[in-house]
Amino acid sequence: MAATPTSVPRVGNGPRRVGDGPLFRRALIGTVVTVTLLLLVAPVALIVARALEAGVGAYWATLTSPDTAHAIGLTVLVALVAVPINTVFGVSAAWAITKFTFPGRRALITLIEIPFSISPVVAGVAYLFVYGLQGLFGPALQAAEIKVMFAVPGIILASLFVTAPFVARELIPLMESQGRDEEEAALSLGAGGLRTFLLVTLPNIRWALLYGVVLCNARVMGEFGAVSVVSGNVRGQTNTLPLQIELLYQDYNTAGAFAAASVLALLALVTLVVKVVLERRGAGRRGGGH
Amino acid sequence: MARRVLPGLPLTLGVTLFYLALIVCLPLAALVYKAASLGPEGYWRVVTSARAIASYQVTVGSALVATLFNVVWGFALAWILTRYRFPGRRLLDAVVDLPFALPTAVAGIALTALFAENGWFGAILADVGITVVYTPLGIMVAMAFTSLPFVVRTVQPVLEDLDPAVEEAAQSLGARDGRIFTKVILPLVTPALLAGTSLAFARSLGEFGAVIFIAGNQPNSTEITALLAFIRLEEFDYEAAAAIASVMLLAAFVMLAVTNVLQARALRFTRTD
Repeated sequence: MAATPTSVPRVGNGPRRVGDGPLFRRALIGTVVTVTLLLLVAPVALIVARALEAGVGAYWATLTSPDTAHAIGLTVLVALVAVPINTVFGVSAAWAITKFTFPGRRALITLIEIPFSISPVVAGVAYLFVYGLQGLFGPALQAAEIKVMFAVPGIILASLFVTAPFVARELIPLMESQGRDEEEAALSLGAGGLRTFLLVTLPNIRWALLYGVVLCNARVMGEFGAVSVVSGNVRGQTNTLPLQIELLYQDYNTAGAFAAASVLALLALVTLVVKVVLERRGAGRRGGGH
Repeated sequence: MARRVLPGLPLTLGVTLFYLALIVCLPLAALVYKAASLGPEGYWRVVTSARAIASYQVTVGSALVATLFNVVWGFALAWILTRYRFPGRRLLDAVVDLPFALPTAVAGIALTALFAENGWFGAILADVGITVVYTPLGIMVAMAFTSLPFVVRTVQPVLEDLDPAVEEAAQSLGARDGRIFTKVILPLVTPALLAGTSLAFARSLGEFGAVIFIAGNQPNSTEITALLAFIRLEEFDYEAAAAIASVMLLAAFVMLAVTNVLQARALRFTRTD
């Protein structure tokens, strides 16, 4: 947090800085904004245009067709299971890492971030070799007649892998900077561990926690690569919404594909709005990315 | 007295380690174990087959071009977002995160439809003889789209923290803008720019959803490595799928190490207090 004492809002009569020439400035803003509109905004505009091309009636009919409606339901179900699990994991990991000192903390943080570095396809393939028929537990699972791969549990597991770091990575830097004084004070006044967490820690981290949960949810609902490997793509059974988009697209049902895509695009826009709102409350925004 | 007065270490650390072992470590170990079952010779044959090598070339080559494009575009975006005030700046700032928020499959079909021969951009580009869809160019477009935010979000905070006094000093010594940019600003931003570049490149190497729709997926020309692993699975050649996935895993770990070094360096540069 390097405060720059000289940089009072430098609009207007601040010192002239590099690149402040009016011509250069206008040309640069114009070019960058145009490229960004063409490459980032146009795709979203196109989804809306294509989805509504055949009219609102047709749009609604596609979304409520049994397979697509099922895909939406399955996507929500997976998120309802995966997001809470990764939230509990994220809070546990952040608590252990930031409230205590023990050897290997740095390594543990790196380990938590590993799923961000790995291609989702690799994650899906890896899960196949644990729970698939060719995998470590495959034969045992089959003997017990438990189906994990090419079924909903596999989709949930792959989603858990891909989104494991989201909540933890928002909480760790924040809780590290907050230290443990407040919790220690609460304990010394006689509060129990759980009470301390709920009444002291939680209020301090709520926005960052919500921020992590929102990003985690967006990614769970939109995950494609990992889920695509483990789902088995059974229509009306193991297709999440992103997989349903691919299926409709391959069926040359572009209107259907774009209708389904528009639901996820809407989710993305809502996520962005929530993100901006939460960032104004101090969550997120540390550079880097995911 | 021990510093550890807070409760919950055994529980939270236990949950964390158990979860990471089950969800992250076990599958990756199983993948490596499966790949190893080919034996050194068989493994080498699979990962150096002509089709595999062609897929590495397509993936790495496209990722390089996409990343270079994003270094320029991302830097310019971070620059105008931090140094200029203009209407719509906050909106533009939010739009930068769109590739993170938009599911990759959605981005994939949208970009394909945009650049298809009858699409909004494809029709215009076709007139000048450029085909994007089902060519390596399409792969680059998809990779550039999905990895843009990495560069912007890594460079942005550093540009924000640049002390105007540094520029003033250079100005008072008579340096022109171009010279101040290359000799003063760029060196200060370079560590962050490199870190962001490496993040964007790593993401491009592993990108799947956005790419497969717009790539032609033809072996030896527009087939990315992630897709090859997927295809081997569908052919029930599980060992080969594991071997190819393990190459991607290795590349991911190398990029993770590179990024960590670059980020540590970038942090050292920005920490002025």
